[in-house]
Amino acid sequence: MSGATRSRKLMKRLHWVDFLIMAVLAAFFLYVWLQIEGKLNYIWRWDQIPNYLFFYDERTERWTANVLIQGLITTIRISIYASILALILGVILGIARTVTNLTVRMLARTYLEFLRNIPPLVVIFIFYFFLSEQLIAAMNIEDWAYGVARQEDNDVWEFFFGDMRRFPSLISGVIVLALFESAFVGEIVRAGIESIGRGQREASRSLGMSWLDETRFVVMPQALRKVLPPLANQFISLIKDSAIISLISVQDLTLKTVDLANSTAMIFEAWLTTAALYFTLCFSLSLFFRRLEARGKSAH
Amino acid sequence: MPVESDSRPIIEIRNLDKFFGAFQALADVSLTVNAGERVVICGPSGSGKSTLIRCVNRLEEHSAGELIVDGVELNDETTNIRAVRMEVGMVFQQFNLFPHLTVLENLTVGPIRVRKISRADAEDRARKFLERVHIPEQADKYPAQLSGGQQQRVAIARSLCMEPRIMLFDEPTSALDPEMINEVLDVMVELAGTGMTMVCVTHEMGFARKVADKMVFMEDGRIVETAPPEQFFENPSSRRCRMFLDQILDH
Ligand SMILES: Nc1ncnc2c1ncn2[C@@H]1O[C@H](COP(=O)(O)OP(=O)(O)OP(=O)(O)O)[C@@H](O)[C@H]1O
Ligand SMILES: [Mg+2]
Repeated sequence: MSGATRSRKLMKRLHWVDFLIMAVLAAFFLYVWLQIEGKLNYIWRWDQIPNYLFFYDERTERWTANVLIQGLITTIRISIYASILALILGVILGIARTVTNLTVRMLARTYLEFLRNIPPLVVIFIFYFFLSEQLIAAMNIEDWAYGVARQEDNDVWEFFFGDMRRFPSLISGVIVLALFESAFVGEIVRAGIESIGRGQREASRSLGMSWLDETRFVVMPQALRKVLPPLANQFISLIKDSAIISLISVQDLTLKTVDLANSTAMIFEAWLTTAALYFTLCFSLSLFFRRLEARGKSAH
Repeated sequence: MPVESDSRPIIEIRNLDKFFGAFQALADVSLTVNAGERVVICGPSGSGKSTLIRCVNRLEEHSAGELIVDGVELNDETTNIRAVRMEVGMVFQQFNLFPHLTVLENLTVGPIRVRKISRADAEDRARKFLERVHIPEQADKYPAQLSGGQQQRVAIARSLCMEPRIMLFDEPTSALDPEMINEVLDVMVELAGTGMTMVCVTHEMGFARKVADKMVFMEDGRIVETAPPEQFFENPSSRRCRMFLDQILDH
C-alpha cells in the first residue's frame, strides 16, 4: 500500500522535473532560433538541399548522386575497407598481446599506448605523413591509378573505388583509419582470447597441436564469436571516426559538407543534413546488429 | 586379473621435484610405468596427483629430477615435445571439449592437423572410436547438447583418435552426476582390456580393484605407498593410506 502511494508520489515529482527540463530545452532552442533568424538575418534555403543529394543530369538524362551522396558513398567505401584492414591488423595485434614472447607483447602494448595517449588528430597526421604517403609513393600507386582512370572499361574499378584519380587519397584514408582503429579492435580481440579458458589450450596441447594450430582452430574461432557484438559497435565507431580523415583531404561526407557550406553559405542546412545522413547510417546499422545479436542468442 | 604386460618401462619418473614459486608441489617422486600397465593414483586433495600426471605430457614443467616418456627425456632441451604428446592422450576432469566444433570435428581435428591424415580417414577413425565409447549416434551434435557422461566419453574418444600409446586420466568422473559415473568407468574398463597403458588419478576404488596393476598413494607431494591392489586394499603399510582408504571407502 505504502509502495503504491510512494510510486504515485514519484510519478508526480518526475512529472514536475520533466516539465522543467522541457521548458529549459524549448527556451534554449527558441533562443538559438531567434539568434539565427533575427540577429544573423539568416535565410533558410532547405529547398536547395535535395539538389545536393541528387540532381537530374540533362546530358545522360538520369538522376545522379550529387556532392553529399558522393561523399556518403566515399565514407561507406572507406569504412568498409578500413574495417576489413583494421580487423586483420587487430587480430594480429590482439594475438600479439597474449603471446609469451616479451618483445612481441611490449611492441603491441607500446603501439596501443601511443594511440591512447596522443590526440586522434595528431595520430592521423603522423600516420598520413610518415606511413601512408610513403607507402603510396614507394608503391607508385599514383601513376597506376591514373593509368586505370584513363582506360576505357574501368567500370569494376570505379564501382569499388569511385573516381580512380582520387584512388591514392582513398587508399590513404583507408590505411590511416585502419591503423587508428586497429588498436581498439586489438583490445577487443585480446579480451576475447583471454576469455577462453586455460583448459581449451591444454586440451589442444595434449593432442600435440602446435601453438599456431591451437590459436587458429581452437582459440580464435571461439574468441571472435564471443566478441562479435563489441566488434560490430567498433565498426559503427569507425564510421563516425572516419570524419576525421577529411583533414587529409579525402573526399568523404564531411569534407564535401565543408566545401558545400563554404561555397553556398548554407551552413546550417548542410551540416544538419550531413548529421542526419551519419545518424541514419549508424543508427540503422546499430539496430541491424542488435537484431542479429538477439537472433543469435535465441538460436542457441 | 592383471593382463600380462611386457615389462619394458614406458614412463620413468626419477626423483622428480616441482615448485610453484616457493611452494613445493612434488617432492622426490619416483615411479616407473611399464608398457601395458595400469596405474591408479589416489590421495587427498592438494597432494600433487594432477601435477604429477601433467608433468608426464609436460603441461607442467618439472623443476628437478628425470622424466623419460616413451624413450624421450623431457626437459628444457626437448624439442619434439609435440611428438611425445601425440603418444600421450589426456582426459581432464572438466572434459575440455571444443565447444565450437561438433563431436565428429572434436575427434578429427587432432588427427587431421597433427597426424596429418586425410579428412575421410580421420572421420572413419572418429566413427570407430565413437562406437567404442557407445555414442555413434551423437556425431553431429555439439558438446553442449550432450550429458556430462557423454561429453566425457567423447573426450576419451578424442584422445583415442590420436592412437596414443599412453592414456592419462585426471579424475575423469569427479565432475559427473553419480548416475553417469558408471558409463564412463565402463568405457575405461573396456579400454584397459585392450592393453592400453593407463595412468588414472581417481577415487573410484571399485574401478581401481578391477583394472589396476599398481596402486599409488600420494600425500603432500610425495608418493607414500606403491603396491599391487590386493596388498594396497587389504594391508597397506602406511597408517595415512589406511585412514584415507577408510574415509573414501566409507561413503
Ligand atoms: N599453477 C599452480 N600454481 C601454484 N600452485 C599450484 C598450481 N597448480 C597446483 N598448485 C598447488 O600444488 C598443489 C598440488 O596440486 P594438484 O592439483 O596437483 O593436487 P591434486 O592432488 O590433483 O588435488 P585435487 O584432488 O584437488 O585435484 C596444491 O597445493 C595446489 O594448490
Ligand atoms: Mg587434481
